[in-house]
Amino acid sequence: MNRKSADRKRLVLVGNGMAGISVIEQLLKLTNDYDITVIGGEPHPNYNRIQLSYVLEGSKTIDDIILNSMEWYRDNGITLHTGVRVTQADTERKLVYTDRLEPLPYDALIFAMGSRPFILPIPGADKEGVVGFRDIHDCEIMLEAAATYRKAAVIGGGLLGLEAAKGLVGKGMDVTVVHLMDTLMERQLDATAAEMLKADLEAQGLKFRMGVKTTELIGGARVEGLRFENGEVLEAQLVVMAAGIKANVEPAAASGIAVRRGILVDDSLRTSAPDVYAVGECCEHRETVYGLVAPLFEQAAVLAKRLAGDAEAVYEGSTVATKLKISGVDVFSAGEFQEMEEHTVLKLQDSWKRTYKKVLLRDGAIVGGILYGNADDSQQLAKWVKANTLMDADIHAALFGGGGCCGKEKKLVSIAAMDDAEIVCGCNGVTKGTITHAIRENGFTTIDEVKMATGATRSCGGCKPVVEQILQYVLGDRYHGAAKKEGICPCTDLSRDEIVAAIRDKRLTHVREVMHVLHWKEEEGCSKCRPAINYYLGMLWPEHEDEPESRFVNERLHANIQKDGTFSVIPRMYGGVTSPKELRKIADIADKYQVKMVKLTGGQRIDLLGVTKADLPNIWAELDMPSGYGYAKALRTVKTCVGSMFCRFGTQDSISMGIELEKRFERLDMPAKFKMAVNGCPRNCAESGIKDLGIVGNDGGWELYVGGNGGTKLRKADLLSKVKTDEELIAISSAFIQYYRENGKYLERTSDFIERAGLETVIRAVVENEENRSQLIARIEEALTHVQDPWKKTVHNETVRRQLFETVEVAPAAKQ
Amino acid sequence: MAKEQLVRIGSVDDFPMLLGKEVRIGDYDIAVFRTSDGGWYALDNHTPHKKGGPLTEAIVSGHTIYCPLRDLHIRLVDGRVMGPDTGEVRTFRVIVDGDAVGIELPPEA
Repeated sequence: MNRKSADRKRLVLVGNGMAGISVIEQLLKLTNDYDITVIGGEPHPNYNRIQLSYVLEGSKTIDDIILNSMEWYRDNGITLHTGVRVTQADTERKLVYTDRLEPLPYDALIFAMGSRPFILPIPGADKEGVVGFRDIHDCEIMLEAAATYRKAAVIGGGLLGLEAAKGLVGKGMDVTVVHLMDTLMERQLDATAAEMLKADLEAQGLKFRMGVKTTELIGGARVEGLRFENGEVLEAQLVVMAAGIKANVEPAAASGIAVRRGILVDDSLRTSAPDVYAVGECCEHRETVYGLVAPLFEQAAVLAKRLAGDAEAVYEGSTVATKLKISGVDVFSAGEFQEMEEHTVLKLQDSWKRTYKKVLLRDGAIVGGILYGNADDSQQLAKWVKANTLMDADIHAALFGGGGCCGKEKKLVSIAAMDDAEIVCGCNGVTKGTITHAIRENGFTTIDEVKMATGATRSCGGCKPVVEQILQYVLGDRYHGAAKKEGICPCTDLSRDEIVAAIRDKRLTHVREVMHVLHWKEEEGCSKCRPAINYYLGMLWPEHEDEPESRFVNERLHANIQKDGTFSVIPRMYGGVTSPKELRKIADIADKYQVKMVKLTGGQRIDLLGVTKADLPNIWAELDMPSGYGYAKALRTVKTCVGSMFCRFGTQDSISMGIELEKRFERLDMPAKFKMAVNGCPRNCAESGIKDLGIVGNDGGWELYVGGNGGTKLRKADLLSKVKTDEELIAISSAFIQYYRENGKYLERTSDFIERAGLETVIRAVVENEENRSQLIARIEEALTHVQDPWKKTVHNETVRRQLFETVEVAPAAKQ
Repeated sequence: MAKEQLVRIGSVDDFPMLLGKEVRIGDYDIAVFRTSDGGWYALDNHTPHKKGGPLTEAIVSGHTIYCPLRDLHIRLVDGRVMGPDTGEVRTFRVIVDGDAVGIELPPEA
C-alpha cells in the first residue's frame, strides 16, 4: 500500500459475487485510492455462478469455478468478511451495520447482493427437498438428492431451469420440467425455436409438462410431489424452483434507499442515497433488472470508472444475449426475438439438419435474432445487434450463405471481402473481426501487439501473412510492416543483430548478464528471449556452459514432452539404419517400461511414446544409444534412400554419406530444428526438396539444396551448389550450417532465413568466397569439439538426475 | 473448523532454483518453484489450458512462469493466467523452516 490509510477513501462492497468483484477488479486497474472491504454472505471466495451448471453436470468441481482465491484478496490488500450479513446502512453518518461486526464507516458503498430464486408462495414450499438453483449450497443439495432419490421436478422452463434439469438427468434422475407457459424460454425464443429445443431436450431424456400451474407441494417433512391446478399430481422427491429471480434489496430498503423490483439506479449507477451505488442483479436500471452476466460486467466497468473519478462514464442499458449451456444443444438469442409488424424478418429453417436462424431488422438495422442448432455466428450476431448494424450484402452472405446452389461461396482472397467472423488463426480461434477490432481500439501497428492482445499468430505462426495483410488493410499508409523496429520480444527493443553484437563486443557470458547489461525491461526475461540469448551465447562462445533454466522443457530434459506430460524417446539411428539386435533391444525396453506406443517418425527413426519423466534416464541407460535429438533445435535426422548399395538406380552411396554427415553434425545447437536428406539419385526418394539441407547424388557428384521446408511453410529448396567430390560436399555443408548458425535468428528455420538473407548472399559467403568458407569451417570444427551426448551425460550425473528427473513422492499419512 | 495440514516435502536442497519440481502427496500433484529472489511457490501441477498438461517444466521468470506446453504466462503468487489468455491455477502455501520444506494442504474433508 503506497499511502497512509488515513488519506485513503474507504470503499465497502456488500456482496462477494461476480458483479461486485468485477467492479473491484476494474477499479484496481484504474486507481489505488481506496481501502476496500468486501462483505459476503456465502462462506466462499468469489466464484463463477454461471458455471454452477457445470458443477451440477459434473464437468467441473467447485474449485474449478473459484474466480478469486483468498490470496487474491490478500495480495490486493482487500479485507474480506465471509458469512456476514449486512442488515442496513446509515446513509447520513455513512456506516454499514452487519449481524456480527462493528459498524463499518464508508466513503463509498456498493450494493451488489445479487438475487435469489423466486420461491413460489405455495403451500409446501418450505419442505425439505425444495431448492432454488443459485449457489454452491443449492448445487450440493441437488447432487446429494440425485444420489438418493429418483424423481425430480424443475419448476420453470427458462434458461436456468433447463440447465438444472439437464444436470439432474445427467446424474441419473427422472426429471420433469414444469412450465407455466406453453413454450420454453419464452423470454428468449420464439415458438419455432422453442419447439425445436423441446424436441431435442426430450431426445436427451427430459420430460415436460407445459402450460400447467403448480398450486401445492405435497408430502411429509420431505417433498413427495407437486399438485397442479387441475388436481393432477406429479411425483418428485426433489423440486428445483427456477421460476425467476428476486433481487436482494432488503438491506438497501431498510436503509431508506429507493427500491422497486430492484434497487433503483441512474445511468451512473447511483442509488437515491449519496455515495451509495448498486450493480448487478440487485439493481433496477431504466425499469430493467438483468439476470444475465454480460450486463453485470458492463455495469461494473462503468461504476469502476465512476469511482476512479471519470464523471463521463455512463451506463445506458444492455442488449441481452443468451446462450444455453447444455451440451449438444446450441441455442442463442439476442435483442428482439418476437417478430412484430415493424420488423423485416430473415429466416432460414432446416428441419433435416435441425437448424434455425432468424434475424430481425428494424429500418434496415439488425435489432435481434435467434440461432438454433448451430450458434457459430453468435458472437458476430451479438455484436451486430448491439451496434444496430445495418444489414448489407456481406453480412447477409455471412449469415445466410452467399447464394448460388451450394450455400456459402468459396472464401475470397482479399481481406476486404473476408467475413469478420472468419477464423484467421486456426490454432487459437481468432477471427478477422477480433483482430480488426483490436487494431482499431488500441491503435496497434505491429503483429506483436496483435499477438499479445488476441493470441493470433502465437502458436504455429502460419497466419502471420494474413494478420499482416489485415494490419495493412486497416492502417493503410500507417502500417510500416517489418520496417518498424521491433525487439526480439517485449522485454527489449533490441534486434537480434544488436544483441549478438553486444554479446560479442562486450564479451557477455551469461543470460542474466546480457539482460542486465542491455537493460532488459523484464529483469528475468521471458520464454522468448531467454532461450534465444542462451543460444546466441553458445553460438558465439562454444565453451559457454548451457543454462538449463533458459531452455524449453524438451531441450532441458532431452525428450519431447507430450500433451499428457509424458515424454517420448527417440534414439539415434544414423542414416535411418538399424539392426535386428538393436531392434530387439528397443523392443525389450519398450516392453519393460510399458511405453504407450512405438512409432516410426517422419525422419526414419523409432519413437517410444508415453514415457514418464522419472523413467527417462533409466531407459537411456539401458538403450545405451545416443540421443536422436528428436526434440532439439539442432540436427534432427539425415533421411536417406537406399542408394547405390542396393538400389538398381542408385548412383551414389547415399546411406554411407548420410551416416557420415549425421555423425559429423549431430548435437550442435542451431537456431531452429534442422533436417537433412541424402539421395543416391535424382529420383529423390528421401525428399531433399523439403529439407533444410538436401543432397541429391548423380553420376558425376552431388547437388546441395537449402531452405526447403515441408511443414508450416511449404517451401521448395533452392540449389546452393553442385560439387564433384565427397570432400567438397562436406566442406560446403559445414560452411552453410555455420553460416546459418551465425546469422539466423533464434527459431528461424532456413526457409525463412534464406529469404531474409538472400540466396545470392548465402552462395557468395559459403561457396564462392573460399577464404570465408574456410573460416566458417574452422569455427564449426571448433564448436563441434564441445558437443557431448546429453543422455550419457545425464545418466552419469546423479545431481542432474535427482534435480531434473525425479518427482517427490510423499505418502499422504506422512504429516508433520 | 479443521486446520490446514502441513506436509513435509523434503529439504531445501531437493529443490533447484528456477526449475520446477513435481511433488505428489496422495491425490495432490503439485509443482514447486523457487524464484531467484528466494521465494517459494506451489501450484497445482496442471495448466489451466483446456487441453491440459503439467506445469513443472515451465520456464521461470521473476514471479511468473511460462507453461511448457502452450506458453501461458502464469503468476506464481495467485496462479492467475496473464493476458491474452485467461484462467487460474490453484496455489498452495510453501513453508520453509530451516532446512525443512513443507506445503500447506486444505483440511481433509
